[in-house]
Amino acid sequence: MSKKLLALTGNDAAAYAMKQIDPDVVAAYPITPQTSLMEKFAQFVADGESNTEIVLVESEHSAMSACVGASCAGARVMTATSSQGLALMWEVVYIASSYRLPIVMPLVNRALSGPINIHCDHSDAMGIRDSGWIQLWAENAQEVYDNLLQAIRIAENPDVLLPVVVNYDGFIISHAIENMYIYDNDEVKKFVGEYKPKYTLLDPKKPTTFGSFDLPDYYFEHRRQMAGAMSGSKKVIADVAKEFSKICGREYKFIEGYKLEDAEIVIVALGSTVGTARAVVDDLREKGVKAGILKIRVFRPFPEEEIASALKDKKAVAVLDRADALNAVGGPIFDEVRSGLYKKSNTPVVNYIYGLGGRDMGLAEINKVYSDLADIAKTGKADSVRNLVTYLGVRD
Amino acid sequence: MANLKELNKRKELLSGGHRMCAGCASPMIIRQMGLSQEIPLVVGSATGCLEVSTTPNPFTAWNSSFVHCAFENSAATVSGVEAAYRSLRRRGKVKDELRFVALGGDGGTYDIGLQSLSGMLERGPRILYLCYNNEAYMNTGVQRSGATPLGSQTTTAPVGKESIGKKQYPKDLTAIAVAHRIPFVAQASPSHWNDLITKSQKALSVEGPAFMNVLSPCPLGWGYSSEKTIELAKLAVDTCFWPLFEVENGLTWKLSYKPAAKKPITDYLKAQGRFRHLMRPENAAVVEQIQKKVDDDWAALLKRCGAEA
Amino acid sequence: MAKTEKAKLPSWKEVVIGGIIPDAGSAAKYNSGTWRTFKPVWSQEKCIQCNTCWIHCPDSSIMIKDGKVCGIDYEHCKGCGICAAMCPPKVGAVKMVKEEK
Repeated sequence: MSKKLLALTGNDAAAYAMKQIDPDVVAAYPITPQTSLMEKFAQFVADGESNTEIVLVESEHSAMSACVGASCAGARVMTATSSQGLALMWEVVYIASSYRLPIVMPLVNRALSGPINIHCDHSDAMGIRDSGWIQLWAENAQEVYDNLLQAIRIAENPDVLLPVVVNYDGFIISHAIENMYIYDNDEVKKFVGEYKPKYTLLDPKKPTTFGSFDLPDYYFEHRRQMAGAMSGSKKVIADVAKEFSKICGREYKFIEGYKLEDAEIVIVALGSTVGTARAVVDDLREKGVKAGILKIRVFRPFPEEEIASALKDKKAVAVLDRADALNAVGGPIFDEVRSGLYKKSNTPVVNYIYGLGGRDMGLAEINKVYSDLADIAKTGKADSVRNLVTYLGVRD
Repeated sequence: MANLKELNKRKELLSGGHRMCAGCASPMIIRQMGLSQEIPLVVGSATGCLEVSTTPNPFTAWNSSFVHCAFENSAATVSGVEAAYRSLRRRGKVKDELRFVALGGDGGTYDIGLQSLSGMLERGPRILYLCYNNEAYMNTGVQRSGATPLGSQTTTAPVGKESIGKKQYPKDLTAIAVAHRIPFVAQASPSHWNDLITKSQKALSVEGPAFMNVLSPCPLGWGYSSEKTIELAKLAVDTCFWPLFEVENGLTWKLSYKPAAKKPITDYLKAQGRFRHLMRPENAAVVEQIQKKVDDDWAALLKRCGAEA
Repeated sequence: MAKTEKAKLPSWKEVVIGGIIPDAGSAAKYNSGTWRTFKPVWSQEKCIQCNTCWIHCPDSSIMIKDGKVCGIDYEHCKGCGICAAMCPPKVGAVKMVKEEK
């Protein structure tokens, strides 16, 4: 394996991955904070460094529609978006997964309107959590790049054939420059391989209909089949990570722990906040506090077993949600983590909704969470310190 | 000039056994378009009567490849197919020469899909977009659309004590397509099959996008018995309610057909249930207004085409 | 009847993924001829082979053999009557008659 160290933004890293993947078709529409990704990729195409056919559509709805058309035609297809762009795509996002099209999409996470806000939170991605897309989450630019390369292999595996979204935090990751490794072109090319579709619109000897009209006698079977593909994707995600470790030097997991093994109080999070939390954990460890982090890398399929096994013996757990489900219960990750622990453990689990619309999540906020957890651990009761769900950093 | 005895040797685009209503014009229009040339087609369609009725799983009436995505994105979806074709041809992964057709009813074309259509016409891929225009949302049960004529009865603009049905004229979508300055735009009717086939041939041979707006009589929505489909389509042309013409590159207008004697609009209106209320004496002024609009539009078209009145 | 049909439908593991239909033109297996209330009857003797019925049939149901109209595909004809309406009045090679069930 050969790699070179470059200083890139998250968006540059995604564009670089796309250049190396060299998809047959990319259809996209600009939106903050995704825009610089597509600009960079368009420049690669303009300079002849990628041979991709770019379709510069008039909306995200058309972007995903063109992706669906191109993927039905047997092409390897990518797009990218954020926030409102994803919201406009929403209808077609569901169509892409139900037609079993292995489209790969970086999603540069941004708050949803309204009021309109261009900064980071995860409400866009959480809005498509039941759409049948596999969701990978990156903590930094390196993971954006690594996840994208793996996403192609996961999506196109004949046992999966589901689209994959690679999430990363708007501005915090997309626009911050980091040192990261880029792998050798030929090695990447060999790793991603060629897409060999089973069905295509473009073979006149085998004319094929995509997007048929399913009545009650077929629809349920097709949906059940998607559910099977989502469960089945777990093995493929693990296999791809293993193979990819030969290139990148580490094996990506569904969840990743930081000082988790012997931790007593644990924060569950995804995205860039994990990076901030690491610093807090180091500090607390020096003070003798057994703090740890559980990072979720794969959110769909949801790694319930892995999370439950890792958390069941902890003294207190806080789930951080950068999106509110507005269900009068808690954030989306909280709901799923807590349900995963049900019957396996009596560990008290609390929820912090944080960072909406780009509100800062700094060391002080994370310290506050750990300090709450330490108190909860003493009582063993989730609601002993404050409400089950806390809006962290909001003005009371 | 097409010859039926030559055409009937060609491959049909649609098999029998689709579920379109008896007498519906749209499968006839699709057949005629499909017979226009021999290079294999890849067809996409917006959600609508044609789409649901031709592809009830596990059956498809399409003898070509076919894709349906959603209601408002036929043009964008087929744009993706066409982009894939160019990319995969360039990379040597697709060898066959193919042509691309996007379909939509008037709902999917005039209204909810207009943005997607405009985007496609502006970008310029080699795709024929064909609108089978039955002048209302027929798939959901005859609701008014941007293509519904003034005075027409629909379920959402019904006739009543205070209502003559739809109060507005349809938008001139053909002119909107022309304004994109694309290589080829045309209006056609299945009653003039030769014209429709010749136009389809032309539309599929230009190096860029083409748009065809084809009137598609609907027995159920228009209120007439199924054998009269072609009679109605012909009346629409002979009253100049639906003139046949083509426009090249947004500039060169050509009249395709001029009725020997222009028939009065009442001939067309009285043959259809959707206009029946207009025949009542109190609605005479509405009929007059419709006639005047037809006359004005016809005169303007003749002028654009440099034809004599 | 409905029960046996249901038993034959493929399981979720067997259905083609994504609702894809790999069998082009398979709608021909569906008998839309049962929809008819009137049926067109074609007369070979009267037919002048103008093919006007064929080009206007919405159901691809005018059968052609060796370039000539040779009959009507009653498996698919829905009895709309367009063929009879389009047959030149002087020729009258297609007549609509009430379907006998």
